Amino acid sequence: MNEIIIYSMITLAGLGIASAVILYFVAQKFKVIEDPRIDIVADNLPGANCGGCGFAGCRNFAEAIVKAESLEGLSCPVGGATVMGNIGQAMGLAVEASEPKIAVVRCNGSKAHAPAKVVFDSASRCSFAHSLFSGESGCPNGCLGLGDCVVSCSFDAIHIDSETGLPVVNDNCVACGACVKACPRSVIELRYKGKKDRRIFVSCINTEKGAIARKNCEVACIGCGKCVKVCPFDAITLANNLAYIDFEKCKLCRKCVAECPTGAIHELNFPARKEPVAASEQTDAAV
Amino acid sequence: MKTFKIGGVHPEENKLSAGKPIEVFPIPQKVFIPLSQSLGAPSKPVVKKGDVVKVGQLVAQGEGFISSNIHSSVSGTVTKIEDYPGAAGYRSPAIFIDVEGDEWDESIDRATDLKRECLLSPEEIVARLKDFGIVGLGGATFPSHVKLMVPAGKKPEYLIINGVECEPYLTSDHRLMLEHGEELMVGISILMKGLGVTKALVGIENNKPDALSHLSKLAASFPGIEIHPLKVKYPQGGEKQLIKALVNREVPSGKLPIEVGCVVNNVGTAFAVYEAVQKNKPLFERVVTVTGKSIPKPANYMVRVGTLVSALLEHSGVNPEEGMKVIGGGPMMGKALTNIDVPVVKGTSGILVMPASASKRMAEVSCIRCSRCTTVCPMGLEPFQLCTESERGFYELAEKDRILDCIECGSCHYTCPSGRHLLDHIRVGKAAVAKMIRARAAK
Amino acid sequence: MNLLTVSGSPHVHADQSVRKIMFGVIISLIPAMLVSFYFFGLSAIILTLTAVVSCALFEFLIQKYILGNVPTIGDGSAMLTGLLLAFNVPSNLPVWMIIVGSLVSIGIAKLSFGGLGKNPFNPALVGRVFLLISFPVDMTSWPLPQSFSTSLTDVVTGPTPLGIVKEGLKKGDALTDLMQQVPDYVNLLLGNMGGSVGEISALALIIGGLYLLFKRIISWHIPVAFIGSAFVFAAVLNFANPEAYVNPFFHLVTGGLMLGALYMATDMVTSPMTPAGMLVFGAGCGIITILIRVFGVYPEGVSFAILIMNAVVPLLNKAFKPRRFGV
Repeated sequence: MNEIIIYSMITLAGLGIASAVILYFVAQKFKVIEDPRIDIVADNLPGANCGGCGFAGCRNFAEAIVKAESLEGLSCPVGGATVMGNIGQAMGLAVEASEPKIAVVRCNGSKAHAPAKVVFDSASRCSFAHSLFSGESGCPNGCLGLGDCVVSCSFDAIHIDSETGLPVVNDNCVACGACVKACPRSVIELRYKGKKDRRIFVSCINTEKGAIARKNCEVACIGCGKCVKVCPFDAITLANNLAYIDFEKCKLCRKCVAECPTGAIHELNFPARKEPVAASEQTDAAV
Repeated sequence: MKTFKIGGVHPEENKLSAGKPIEVFPIPQKVFIPLSQSLGAPSKPVVKKGDVVKVGQLVAQGEGFISSNIHSSVSGTVTKIEDYPGAAGYRSPAIFIDVEGDEWDESIDRATDLKRECLLSPEEIVARLKDFGIVGLGGATFPSHVKLMVPAGKKPEYLIINGVECEPYLTSDHRLMLEHGEELMVGISILMKGLGVTKALVGIENNKPDALSHLSKLAASFPGIEIHPLKVKYPQGGEKQLIKALVNREVPSGKLPIEVGCVVNNVGTAFAVYEAVQKNKPLFERVVTVTGKSIPKPANYMVRVGTLVSALLEHSGVNPEEGMKVIGGGPMMGKALTNIDVPVVKGTSGILVMPASASKRMAEVSCIRCSRCTTVCPMGLEPFQLCTESERGFYELAEKDRILDCIECGSCHYTCPSGRHLLDHIRVGKAAVAKMIRARAAK
Repeated sequence: MNLLTVSGSPHVHADQSVRKIMFGVIISLIPAMLVSFYFFGLSAIILTLTAVVSCALFEFLIQKYILGNVPTIGDGSAMLTGLLLAFNVPSNLPVWMIIVGSLVSIGIAKLSFGGLGKNPFNPALVGRVFLLISFPVDMTSWPLPQSFSTSLTDVVTGPTPLGIVKEGLKKGDALTDLMQQVPDYVNLLLGNMGGSVGEISALALIIGGLYLLFKRIISWHIPVAFIGSAFVFAAVLNFANPEAYVNPFFHLVTGGLMLGALYMATDMVTSPMTPAGMLVFGAGCGIITILIRVFGVYPEGVSFAILIMNAVVPLLNKAFKPRRFGV
């Protein structure tokens, strides 16, 4: 009996030692020499592998940083300034200051504002609907509301509001840009998050002439240009019957919001105005 | 009897208007002639607001290699050139003409006698088709003159004429074969001459015995033209399937029919070719089937391009009802219209009205891996796989599984017991894969 | 304003649905069900009903209260699983056991993989094999058939023809003597033998199978490959040594081979997608069945054979692609 125990112990121990030796040499032979700094950088990254930085995953991004030896043009949208600061410190590199951004849905053609003129009955996929027809409301530029952006989001940050039929971005958004790429109509844009989350933007991207745009959607930008004239900072441009507010120039003065005749310009997270604004009763829908 | 080998389905034929002779549709008060009526670049208008035009007058010039000329279908005054919503609801430029009388261009021979002899040389035939705006009338609207210009190094052997009309409901080609058989035959001979081939094979499904026997009789006096009956099976009208059925050759993946020595044209195109070459008549009207089970009077009309679909429906006694689906083309490959006030274009082969009760898709449930989509796919693909790959965004895999070979015939969706939106997703996947390949080529 | 419907092509649909397929299979099982009711009486009816009802109920409860999905029992797939599970067990099995089997079939083999269409293994067979391994005695004591009886207790149990042969050969009895003890071929075809509820009558199952083929619910590939390969393999063995190996026809009409080849192996979800794959799949099932029957421990091997081949279906799908056009 004892013999059995002894023999089996010896055999097992021998096997173990032999395997360890073999493994050691194999590991030596196939060792991959990697810059240890890649691990340091990767440890600092959020590890979500969202691809928002433009690389396939966090590790690829870390490799790119180490290879580039500079942080110019490289930024992790998820971690933002904090993470990039930590990486800069670890690598001894200068960090570019970047203002945090957030995804903004530039369409307010809700079911009420832009009523359906046809009924869509096919795969619930914006990219398909976009190739099939102009949309239930008839607006060829507006949100189709079928949720390609929702599917693309890895952060649970965008959802379709069942009442309006439009996507709503919440605070989980890290501005990785996946939804921007997923949207076949480029409705979503990454804009500065703004101080205290305050943002002003034109919630319409319809480039048709005013009358036609208005026929499909009562809150469309009609390209009247009033906002351009009133803007003291030259932040608003008008092209193809559509106003666009440059978020880098906009100082959030809110003059344009009051001026817009169709309520296409939205302000978010501002305190209530002292005097009532007649022109634009804001809907929360486009938050 | 001949047919293609892989896959195929047998949808209900419902050829309701097969016995209805072609009626000339009344000229409307106004026409809207879109500038993009063929595959390729939109045409450039050569008239301006206020111009008075005659029937058959050139109003827009094709630009670029794949593009075609467009002629006025009515006489009257150009009121404006502006964006007008097309079938999909997207706006594109169109010429608006207010109709006054019906004055034809003097050069057009309006006599109905048959002109058999074609005196033009092959080059002149090609030029004539280009000038007279002839495009493929089977649905894809590929400019016909481009089809006749065979690339260097390729030798055409057969002209294949598509008289299959495998789409359920549609009867425009059927009626054309019955009522304009002689003209058709002359048109085919002209195409043969233009292409430089001695043999033309006309494929007709044997659900049209009258057309088969009529054309077979006529073919006796036209050397080189053979009429072939084909077993009924959808999508036999697809050019790759038709070539396989008639000459038993397979067009290689990603290649054109000329690769196997074939050029395919529709019977409607052959008729248009006859009129253009022998009668100097540009393509500005076509046969349109207006049909549907709920329609009081299914019919075949000779319609001027630019006539509104709503006028056709009204003439056929259709009451618009909520939830109804109006389809431009047949039920398998046609496009649902977003608006009935859209003009008939060169590619409109039929208007099919589905009542509200029949226009909704069945509810989608899980794939049960029954493999019917794979069995019926005429290209030997695995639609369930391509659908999933497209849904998940695995476009590299989809490319390897030959998603670009899909001819979008819809057999997979038609047969799916789970009601999966197979073709919708495959279409998205095709577009994404094509984009990916272009991006790769650009690098 | 009249709202038009807009959808992608095609705009017509074949008159088919999952529900129609499932109920088609259930209809095709009616002849076999009637035969079993005739030979096994009330106990078979109770067992079948219990299995069908408990499978449907488990599917409903799990989907509604655990998964939070919309229950899909309307499609009939759970009922079909219950029916097939009942067909694969002896008719005198205690009712609580078949309920446990139903729970395993629906809960573990089907819904834990994501429900209809996503299960890699045939749910009814998983339930059956679970019962066979857990309760070997109850699962292998088959009541002998008698014309319609309503008695639930005093049934006479005995071995199946396959069991008689297997045990006999093990003891060293001569094959010719053993063949005297089993019913003749007419009775084997009609189902007058010991066995599971639904597997006994090859004739009734073939009638149902022809209905399935006629309705195009199944294709011929799997049954033909399954039955053909089993027959050929058994024939080769029999030819090599007629003293030790039984006549191949005997293999075809006994045990669950017909039920397996026509109903279990042809389950769409767990079988390959292409004709070539189906042929390989069927052939594999047939050969493994005979291997287990002849050389294995168990007298019957259809369930194991099909489950083993279910496991290689993804590989078969990779290996056998349909013939592409123009390649």
